Amino acid sequence: MIPAKFDYIKATSIDQAISLLSQHGYEAKILAGGHSLLPAMKLRLNRPSVLIDIGGIDALGSITDEGDAIKAGANCTHYEIANSNLVKSHVNVLSQTARVIGDVQVRYRGTIGGSLAHADPASDYPAAILATDATISVRGSNGARDISATEFFQGIFTTALGEDEIITSIRFPKTANGTYVKFFQSASRFAVVGCAAVKNGNGIRVGITGVADTPYRASAVEQAYDGTTSAADHAIDGVDVMSDHFASEEYRAHLAKVFVRRALEQL
Amino acid sequence: MTTNYIGQPVKRKEDNRFLTGKGRYTDDIKLPGMAFAAFARSPYAHAKINSIDTSQAANAPGVLAVYTGSDECGNFGVPCGWLVHFKNGEPMKEPPHPLLAVGKARHVGENVAVVIAESLQEARDAAELIEVDYEELSVVTDPRQAVQEGAPLVHDDAPNNTVYDWEIGNPKEEVDAAMDGAHHITKLDFKNQRLAPNAIEPRSYIADYDVNADKYTLYTSTQNPHLIRLLMCAFVLGIPEHKVRVVSYDVGGGFGSKIYHYTEEALLTWASKKIGRPIKWTSDRTEAFYTDAHGRDYCTTAEMGFDADGKILALRVHSEANLGAYLSTFSTCCPTYLHGTLAQGCYTTPLINIDITAAFTNTNPVDAYRGAGRPEMTYILEHLMDTAALEMGIDPAELRFKNFIPPFDGVNQEGYQTQVALQYDSGNYEGTLRRALEMVNYENFRQEQAAARENGKLLGIGFSTYIEGCGIAPSAVVGSLGARAGLYEVGHVRVQPTGKVSVFTGSHSHGQGHETAFAQFVADHLGISMDDVEIHHGDTDQVAFGMGTYGSRSLAVGGSAIVKSLDKIIEKGAKIAAHKLEAAEGDLEFANGQYTVKGTDKSIAFGDVALTAYVPHDYPEGLEPGLDFSSFYDPANFTYPFGAHICVVEVDQDTGKVDIRRFIAVDDVGNVINPMIVDGQIHGGVVQGLGQALLEGVSYDENGQMITGSYMDYAMPRADDVPFIETDRTVTPCPHNPLGVKGAGEAGAIGATPALVNAVMDAIAHIGIRDIQMPLTPERVWRAMQA
Amino acid sequence: MEINLSVNGSQVARDVTPMTTLSDFLREHLSLTGTHIGCDTSSCGACTVTMDGKAVKSCTVLAVQANGSEIITIEGLSENGSLHPVQEAFKEHHGLQCGFCTPGMVMTAVDILQNNPNPTEQEIRHGLEGNFCRCTGYHNIVKSVQHAAQSLNA
Repeated sequence: MIPAKFDYIKATSIDQAISLLSQHGYEAKILAGGHSLLPAMKLRLNRPSVLIDIGGIDALGSITDEGDAIKAGANCTHYEIANSNLVKSHVNVLSQTARVIGDVQVRYRGTIGGSLAHADPASDYPAAILATDATISVRGSNGARDISATEFFQGIFTTALGEDEIITSIRFPKTANGTYVKFFQSASRFAVVGCAAVKNGNGIRVGITGVADTPYRASAVEQAYDGTTSAADHAIDGVDVMSDHFASEEYRAHLAKVFVRRALEQL
Repeated sequence: MTTNYIGQPVKRKEDNRFLTGKGRYTDDIKLPGMAFAAFARSPYAHAKINSIDTSQAANAPGVLAVYTGSDECGNFGVPCGWLVHFKNGEPMKEPPHPLLAVGKARHVGENVAVVIAESLQEARDAAELIEVDYEELSVVTDPRQAVQEGAPLVHDDAPNNTVYDWEIGNPKEEVDAAMDGAHHITKLDFKNQRLAPNAIEPRSYIADYDVNADKYTLYTSTQNPHLIRLLMCAFVLGIPEHKVRVVSYDVGGGFGSKIYHYTEEALLTWASKKIGRPIKWTSDRTEAFYTDAHGRDYCTTAEMGFDADGKILALRVHSEANLGAYLSTFSTCCPTYLHGTLAQGCYTTPLINIDITAAFTNTNPVDAYRGAGRPEMTYILEHLMDTAALEMGIDPAELRFKNFIPPFDGVNQEGYQTQVALQYDSGNYEGTLRRALEMVNYENFRQEQAAARENGKLLGIGFSTYIEGCGIAPSAVVGSLGARAGLYEVGHVRVQPTGKVSVFTGSHSHGQGHETAFAQFVADHLGISMDDVEIHHGDTDQVAFGMGTYGSRSLAVGGSAIVKSLDKIIEKGAKIAAHKLEAAEGDLEFANGQYTVKGTDKSIAFGDVALTAYVPHDYPEGLEPGLDFSSFYDPANFTYPFGAHICVVEVDQDTGKVDIRRFIAVDDVGNVINPMIVDGQIHGGVVQGLGQALLEGVSYDENGQMITGSYMDYAMPRADDVPFIETDRTVTPCPHNPLGVKGAGEAGAIGATPALVNAVMDAIAHIGIRDIQMPLTPERVWRAMQA
Repeated sequence: MEINLSVNGSQVARDVTPMTTLSDFLREHLSLTGTHIGCDTSSCGACTVTMDGKAVKSCTVLAVQANGSEIITIEGLSENGSLHPVQEAFKEHHGLQCGFCTPGMVMTAVDILQNNPNPTEQEIRHGLEGNFCRCTGYHNIVKSVQHAAQSLNA
């Protein structure tokens, strides 16, 4: 299938990308890996008139050790994140997550920044972003700012990102070993339920994706955690659970508890 | 030479081109001056079309033409190929199926208008500019609801949306009486869900009208080019058949969905003459979901009555079959002659009554999909058998042994006359089950299962001992049942002067490997190298005639036609050889590529005979030169492959997710020409069958919108969803065709589905659940376990 | 827009619209029709080619994004008329039937074996999760990849 007509601009710097975005407003879309955007455009569900390709901006592409944190540029692909030794050593829950996104071809092209900005409620990263308490660094015409994990996700395909802002990097505090477990949607292989859990001192942090229209920190689980798996019963406390063709509200709620339990078992 | 190709796993001749990207699929073809078509399709499942405004589209850049159902093409419709009668003798309801919607759209995705433009981009862009004033109507998508009084009417002239009602078997009263006297009745109510065939190559067509020759060429991704030509010329466009060439080179899978004559084929052919340019249309996947004929979709109530010993006394089935919004080419014979006639299964059931009502609904047309009616009947029988076994506390394997028709070879013992019209050719049903039980190590498994259950692990085993009717079909028989075509096949063998052999078959490969398997038996028959045999198919200008490939008929019918021609060649060659050897024809024998005077060392090679046939200087008097024969083969009967499939699963107690641990398939497809290809057919069929059991299903919402219209929502098996398939076979030759072959294309898909479902039911039998609707999604299994 | 890239070892320059996907570019502009298109949602993998050494779904890469890259398609895999060991293994073990998914399967298999020369059956199955085959039930595809691994390691 062929997308509706658009103009393509390859941005060579972050500043240029932001200025193009300000200039074209809502008619423009940022193209990163393109693995969410391009299929939607081919189906003509999404029809931006301008595509700003940030794929060539080197400044967005590296994974670095920042001392107490690992910083991943927005353009890092799922493959790079899954296989980065820095990520494996210091934020292994993130590499576990990246490894089960899509398929091998998708992981080579899809980027963490693109995935986060797209904010599909069934995408995998948000669970790890929340569980590691990562910070999303963004830049727009009003300058740079950091958005905390819990503030970033705001709803289905909705984030705290301003209209002319782009994600530049994500900063993951180094964490103890964690785990990401996922119940795959059988067709798309997105997460029906995805649960990331990491040790945090004596406690834990738990991020859940796929269950609600917004990924969330399972605070009730974190509070109830007593070293056993019984806290899993609190997986959906205070949460509006989604329902769709692949999992009703009741079943998804059940799965959330099962997968939190499985994550806790692996901690 | 001495050849021994039959029975060998010869590597495929066609693979080099596919492996190097040199296949010739229809979308790979580019013609000079080719234009592109794009469709405006109905967004509604059922809507009156008040008006269509094409003016903007017509004026858009690059647009060459825009047509709607108000144009001449709206007068043409594609036909149904099989006439079924109501029980009362009236012909089925057969409303027109226009090339573009006329007056009303009856399913989401129905073609409403077509735009033809210089480029695909321009065609697509312009199609979006077509404005249609729709008036939404009430919708019905479920066949059982559709036939209720007061349901929305899909076609005004089909009351209660009923295409026909139909029955087969013994009189209903006799079956009812036997049921009343039964010791135990197992009853199931279920839906055999709708499937999207999903050949990975989407449908693709190029129509090219040549004004100078006044000739049409249609390149099409079809399984049966001659049938498309016949239907399109004689029944749709009214154009002379000799002025139409239909070409179907490489086709990327069919599974039934590319048998039918689709509206787009005729529309493009018509439009190509109108604009005087070749026109291409290739479906994208979304369009495929909305316009390809789907498969299955039956609502079934089935009962099997047993005596106290577990002998089957009677079978009673009532189903509503969904045929969709229009009658696709073979749609009407699927729930009837390809389904009801299989109700005997492998069992001696003395009384059977199958009652079918076929319904129109606001959904895609439904037609044959790998197995076509037979998987649905096999699911009924085999799901009933395992369920009855659980209910009656009899081992499911034992229950089958109690009820199998005893072995018969069709030569020394007569064929088996069923209660549902057919006579089976040969069978040894207990043989395949015994072998499968050995392979699974059944006794060990039951111990392992018990131990696992104590540790909270749910293992299950499921059986399916299926039979299928293939080798479609004796023309006179199908003609008496309503087929509007004969179902013979044509095989043309041309021995070239140098002794090389060109074979032209009306059968068609879209993955089956004809170029290899056919060459194997041709080479063996003539005693020549396979390298000296070339198989041609898929071009109506090259192949005299043919009925195509479906119903596992290629070897059994297409192969037999070739054998007939080979026999004629060998017979004529003998006349030439006798002349050259100065011997009596009766004193010659033909073997290993040589005519030899019996008991002597006097011989002549086939190649020399061929050369003599074309350079007839020293030649039998009165004999025509040349060595070139064409034959029609009309089978004496269907063929009846059968087999035993066993599935072992583990069910995740927490999530309901089913993990397929083992799948064992012991099939008997008669004689085997190429075991590598046969195994491949079984593997693929099995996984499609498992897909139905576990993952696949087209769903519509209450407005008739498909909610599974892409690969993001329609789940199909991937490599990590399935294990290796453990195969073996027994060989019970077909007694009535020269190769003794039965067909292997559909067996896997027919047998596998109930085996998996039965295995899941066995895994959770201790909970007391007897049925879960397919596909057995994790949620459905989990829910069942909560009950 | 003008793009310059290497395809199967040859440098090519073409003018394309931004809407042109890499798969359409290969098929329509370069007549490399071995790269097939089986879906619109990046699901089926029939269009898989390698881009700078990595398997990508060419239907989800714009031709303009591929500017400056090195592309290998199924047509570029065999050298001097002899099949690549992965192609050879698919032929030997009947890893294809209709042939439509085959180019994508082969290109993905090449990628799997580049990254993991000794994959287990499960690793192969996971590696192929982005490629649909409707004919083979994957049985002989997985076997083919196993045998290709052996012959590449030999």
